[in-house]
Amino acid sequence: MNDIRIIIAGILIFLIGFSESAIAGSAVYGNRLYNPGQLKPVDSRLTVKIGEKAPDFTLPSLSGKPVRLSSFLGEKNVMLTFIPAAWTPVCSDQWPGYNIAKGLFDQYDTSLIGISVDNLPTLFAWTREMGGLWFDVLSDFWPHGSVSSTYGVLRTDGVSERAIFLIDKKGILRFIHVGDINLRPDLGMIVNELKKLN
Amino acid sequence: MRILLNDFLLKKRLHPLVLICFLFFGNLCLPGQGGCTDKEKPLDFTLSAPKNADHKTYLGLTRDDRFSLGQIKAEIVIIEIFSMYCPVCQREAANVNTLFDLIQNNRSLREKVKLIGIGAGNSDFEVDFFKEKYTIKFPLFSDTDFSIHKKIGEVRTPHFFGLALKGDCEYTIFYSQSGEVSDPEKFLETLLKDSGLKNSHE
Repeated sequence: MNDIRIIIAGILIFLIGFSESAIAGSAVYGNRLYNPGQLKPVDSRLTVKIGEKAPDFTLPSLSGKPVRLSSFLGEKNVMLTFIPAAWTPVCSDQWPGYNIAKGLFDQYDTSLIGISVDNLPTLFAWTREMGGLWFDVLSDFWPHGSVSSTYGVLRTDGVSERAIFLIDKKGILRFIHVGDINLRPDLGMIVNELKKLN
Repeated sequence: MRILLNDFLLKKRLHPLVLICFLFFGNLCLPGQGGCTDKEKPLDFTLSAPKNADHKTYLGLTRDDRFSLGQIKAEIVIIEIFSMYCPVCQREAANVNTLFDLIQNNRSLREKVKLIGIGAGNSDFEVDFFKEKYTIKFPLFSDTDFSIHKKIGEVRTPHFFGLALKGDCEYTIFYSQSGEVSDPEKFLETLLKDSGLKNSHE
């Protein structure tokens, strides 16, 4: 019994060590990021499928105006990028990458929309720290995580998955990626899927 | 983590399995432990040979397979650990390009000092995209699985290492700096001073 407890302690020591292994966080944030450690890769079940109509929603945005998904119908493809939480390492080094890729999204006639369950003041401060973003960021804070829940990407701890949904101009879901929350999705994968939209 | 282990050692006899687990995995995961960020420690890892022929020539490589740092033909190698996703790296790209130009335009330095970039956690696509976006002329390499990043102590980006050749094929770190270059001339001057390499300021 004692041995089992000791072995479990050993595994815990390993897990603590593993959770401390950081990603290559940008120096821009100094020590102002909260590291939640290694998390369960996926902790939710999708409720939507490729080929289905993307559920419509309206959410408040950093631009000041509520954003309705259906307002893009017939005009633009849409990429929804859900990130789990502001002020955390992987999320803080995901959207700044899209910041230099505007040309790619324009090339494929796609509007990029960021979504987080954080409230607007938090998102405002966090995106300011990044140096600003060219795309709009929506807050799925209240009712808490309702859009994340509708799409089936709300985790049991109240944050969303790290997920990407590509929706074409007809409002149809064309690509869904719910990746390991601990890892950034590859931009190359996104661009490959954007190409298929047109 | 050290407190936890000390506590455990004081209260219980350490089981060999726990010790193995800690020594093996703990050292792999803890930043700054078992890494090579300390000065005067040899550093080596392998990279895929660049596809670009000019970059191959620049590094003095003759083969197309993987190469180790020690095979780079230089006296000093500057390594920038960057990420396409890092706002500072994006902001600093122009300064790092200027640093490269300063070295290349100096006849006494261009053969002795080589500059490479390693994209921590970046795929080949992401590295190529960054390279194209900022018209980067020096070789960039991807480190998709963070294996090099882990080896060098999980530094933040951007991070600059200065490596000096000791002996025939071993580089040791003599310079290590996190954050911005800001002033490329001053950066190069400091780096050369620390390396002991003479610069004739051509």
